[in-house]
Amino acid sequence: MSTSRKTGLLNPQIMRALIGIGVFLALWYLLTAVLQLPRFKLLPNPLSVIAEWISFEPVSGRSIFTKAFYLDMGFSIARTLIAFSLATFLGVLLGLIMGWNRIFYDFSFPIVEILRPMPPLSWIPLAVLILPGVELAVVYVTFIAAFFATVLNTLLGVFSIDKNYFLAASCLGSKPKHIFINIVVPGALPFIFTGLQIAMGVSWMSLVAGEIISGQQGLGYAIYEGYSLFQFDQVVCYMFTLGILGYISSAGIRALGRRLMAWESRRRGA
Amino acid sequence: MASETKEPGAIRIKHVSKIYDPQGVHVEAMRDCSFDIAAGEMAIIVGPSGCGKTTLLNAIAGFDDITAGEIFLDGELISSPTYQIKPNVDRMVVFQNGALFPWKTVIENIAYGPMVQGRLTKAAARDKAREMLEWVCLNGMEEKYPEELSSGVQRRVEILRALINEPRVVMLDEPFRGLDAVSKTVMHEFLMQLFCNRNRTMFFITHDLDEAIFLGHKVVIMTTRPAQVKKIVPIDLPWPREHRIMNSKRYLELKGEILEAVHEEAKKAFQAGERELA
Repeated sequence: MSTSRKTGLLNPQIMRALIGIGVFLALWYLLTAVLQLPRFKLLPNPLSVIAEWISFEPVSGRSIFTKAFYLDMGFSIARTLIAFSLATFLGVLLGLIMGWNRIFYDFSFPIVEILRPMPPLSWIPLAVLILPGVELAVVYVTFIAAFFATVLNTLLGVFSIDKNYFLAASCLGSKPKHIFINIVVPGALPFIFTGLQIAMGVSWMSLVAGEIISGQQGLGYAIYEGYSLFQFDQVVCYMFTLGILGYISSAGIRALGRRLMAWESRRRGA
Repeated sequence: MASETKEPGAIRIKHVSKIYDPQGVHVEAMRDCSFDIAAGEMAIIVGPSGCGKTTLLNAIAGFDDITAGEIFLDGELISSPTYQIKPNVDRMVVFQNGALFPWKTVIENIAYGPMVQGRLTKAAARDKAREMLEWVCLNGMEEKYPEELSSGVQRRVEILRALINEPRVVMLDEPFRGLDAVSKTVMHEFLMQLFCNRNRTMFFITHDLDEAIFLGHKVVIMTTRPAQVKKIVPIDLPWPREHRIMNSKRYLELKGEILEAVHEEAKKAFQAGERELA
């Protein structure tokens, strides 16, 4: 690695990212506050959104200095984490077994393929019906979208493994459990992590939809409340909060992936 | 059947045929193929592309079944239409495109076999793998991943991964395909060194006639599909060999003889291809 590589804000990658964000904010301001084009003038401009976000006395009662903001965030993060963890565990397990065992695949694939395209929100009536309380229904809706994305990517991951690795492993004296641990799991990991990133994205999307429809607290619920009360600054604040949380969670998954798949990172770096 | 030799690794291929999808497209890959490979012999299999050489390797390795005939290893039946011994450490394969596990480091790849077989503990297997790497001057590569290595080094590691298991037979399917001419000569000498040291039976598939004559005790020339044995040419050159032997009169005679037989089959394969396209 070059020793002269620039770090911090001088890093060209960070510089370009900051410029991109700056241009986006400038365009937003231009359209909503300066030019005030038809339809756009109804939208809050970035300055009023930021002012509301960091206000000690926000109009909506929610800013980074209020407890309500952190409560909403806490509820949403907890729901997403529970749903995502469950989806990862069950989705990876099901995907690996489906990819590993042809008979199990034949039994389960048609069911998965029928259930997978069902929009997560269409599950809400049944989720409310069978699960005690609204809370679990929101978690379930968040879970279901992430679950199928994880299953499918894990399955594709197992199918992507070169057949010769299985043959080589059998020559080397592997028992089925060795092949599962040493070939199937690591071989599918790159696809699994791609799936987890998609799953994390759809988790946040489904969570907000679930919270809007049947939640009582959380970022999605607060967005809907802001919409009902015409507090659009708050709506946009919370949208960006969700965006930042999504970005951080995806970055976390990428970092974990790099740790677990050192061979991939080294190959890219080689 | 009892083993007739003290050294392990004798292969007997008796009237072996293989038809893929007999009820459907019916592709006849091998027909009545018979020959022997003595224990400790380096047998080189050459023939036109797609003639069925890899099919025969797969049958010996236990990856695929056969439609007729029998295959014996040290007198013991390992494959027939009704019986097949699964792949195991007796018959180790080095694959055409390489099959080192990309998610395992060099040392993990080499130590994998003895560990999963329960023959050695993890520490002992790693020690032995390290010894083997030192032996072929690859020390320092232990913690690298396969994709960080050149193709030549990957092949050497894969051969070590096979040999650490003390197999009776090592089967190599065009292992040096894709390597440049200079790397190939080094790899030939490397394999020669390993072979002289370990004396394992080798079943080596190649298209490269120089490689075949330089490395082999005998060259088995296969016909175009369905594969049959066209000719077996014993290579009566002194052993072990150095590359300068390629300029010797006897070497060139052998090459002429093999080339003629292979060319005849290549022409047939070409014409068959033309017919298929017509």
